[in-house]
Amino acid sequence: MTSIAIPSGMPQYDDVPRFDVARVRADFPILGRDINGHPLVYLDSANTSHKPRQVLDVLDEHYARHNANVSRSVHTLGTEATEAYEGARAKIAAFINAPSTDEVVFTKNSTEAINIVAYAFSNASLRPDADPRFRLGPGDEVVISEMEHHSNIVPWQLLCERTGATLRWFPVTDQGRLDESGLEDLVTERTKIVSLVHMSNILGTVNATSRITARVREVGALLLLDCSQSVPHLPIDVVDLDADYIVFTGHKMCGPTGIGVLWGRGELLAAMPPVFGGGSMIETVTMARSTFAAPPARFEAGTPPIAEAVALGAAVDYLTGIGMQAIQWHEKELTAYALEALGSVPDLRIFGPTVPVGRGGTISFALGDVHPHDVGQVLDSLGVQVRVGHHCAKPVCSRFGVPAMTRASFYLYTTTEEIDALVAGLEQVRKVFD
Amino acid sequence: MQLDQLYQEIILDHYKRPHGRGLRDADDPGDQVAEAHHVNPTCGDEVTVRVATDGTVLHDISYDGMGCSISQASASVLHELLRGRGAGEAFEVHEAFVELMSGRGQVTPDEDVLGDGVAFAGVARYPARVKCALLPWMAFKDAAARAGVGVSPEVKA
Repeated sequence: MTSIAIPSGMPQYDDVPRFDVARVRADFPILGRDINGHPLVYLDSANTSHKPRQVLDVLDEHYARHNANVSRSVHTLGTEATEAYEGARAKIAAFINAPSTDEVVFTKNSTEAINIVAYAFSNASLRPDADPRFRLGPGDEVVISEMEHHSNIVPWQLLCERTGATLRWFPVTDQGRLDESGLEDLVTERTKIVSLVHMSNILGTVNATSRITARVREVGALLLLDCSQSVPHLPIDVVDLDADYIVFTGHKMCGPTGIGVLWGRGELLAAMPPVFGGGSMIETVTMARSTFAAPPARFEAGTPPIAEAVALGAAVDYLTGIGMQAIQWHEKELTAYALEALGSVPDLRIFGPTVPVGRGGTISFALGDVHPHDVGQVLDSLGVQVRVGHHCAKPVCSRFGVPAMTRASFYLYTTTEEIDALVAGLEQVRKVFD
Repeated sequence: MQLDQLYQEIILDHYKRPHGRGLRDADDPGDQVAEAHHVNPTCGDEVTVRVATDGTVLHDISYDGMGCSISQASASVLHELLRGRGAGEAFEVHEAFVELMSGRGQVTPDEDVLGDGVAFAGVARYPARVKCALLPWMAFKDAAARAGVGVSPEVKA
């Protein structure tokens, strides 16, 4: 990268927090693997991240020493498990600067978190006495974007079908940015909720949300941000973001699968009707009717993924120990390096921003007219693991006129040597299909 | 893992120079014509296969689609192998191809039956790609059924 002299007294490049990537890599046992006779080059962290020893140990330790159900036992193991589970909630709340620990609802993943919000709207729409902010009907609108993962499209399509509301969406520009030019027409007094991706899982775009937030506030709607790709990679502060809900998933941020988070403003969660009914979410139950617990318990029916939550707490400790700012900067440097390196590959077309600004370390591309499946297969034979296909974001593929894309995505353990291996692998692809 | 087992010359040849590509109308106006469009939801590959038949002979098998080298080459091979064949014979070939693809690399293909289809023996070793190879064959089966000719047994890829 070209560096420009920064006047003294201003923050310098050397002031940026950094970490030793080799030491970080040593924490991830899987990175020592060989794939098809080559060292593993894992460029699929946007799909799922690997897990450091520190997280695996906590998972193991929980089952080996503290296993019990939570929130219902007076015995010692039950108390330990409950403390660990609630302790994880507190760690996650601190990680995203949530004003209250009770605003963190554990879910299975981001998809479930979005569905909980959508079904709470749905349930409220059936009850005339429900909070009008959640009641939807014909004439009301839900706004999403063309950049969404299917998990932030389908639940809203289904909600609109059930309630008669109308689904609208922001288009995407040729550069892979959210097209906000129609903001005033799109987000109006008819809008009940705007649900947008914070960082695209396919284009890598990080959406600047402040204009949209301001408009959402102006019209009295609510804002949900799908932070599945941003919470693992950037420092996230829910107060600063000024969203009403954010969702994210544990397995993309060094945690286990089966655990995700819905964060919502406390006052909103408290006004929302329950979605799943069952144990743990009640206040009292008679044969005729029940009353419900306060959030977050209201939205956590049944035995939750306890060990997974505890291990996600360990993942948050791990990421915090390295520093989210340092991780963000590491990935920014990798992205700048990769954009330049991929730009040197003949016939390669990048989808999404081609500058390392307002984007994260997820780069999708096409190599000539070689199908991404074939690209992925040749790369795999060289140990390079990339994602190929529509990335659960078919509208994005349609927007750019392709059925599928090849995607390389980075994380804190990714190195520039791995990007070199990708570029060398692409040369091999060209040879096979030339 | 040997990449050239997967990407045999024959497959790359069919991919780069597909045989009989493009959807066609029947030459004989008396033929039944039907088509089926199949999609692989995991990768977005698509193929449409159209069958023109008098109920006994498959006069034409035309196709169009977009997808990876394996799925597109497989459609080309399908066209080459089954076009102009009697329906019964065609389904024997169909069955042999499906058996080969479901064999996890343990089935030795018969070149007399499968022709260029034997090149797909290597694909059977790659579970993630078996669906690609089978996509046009499954679409063919549906198209043929719609055109009124019999089908070979159900397959789960």
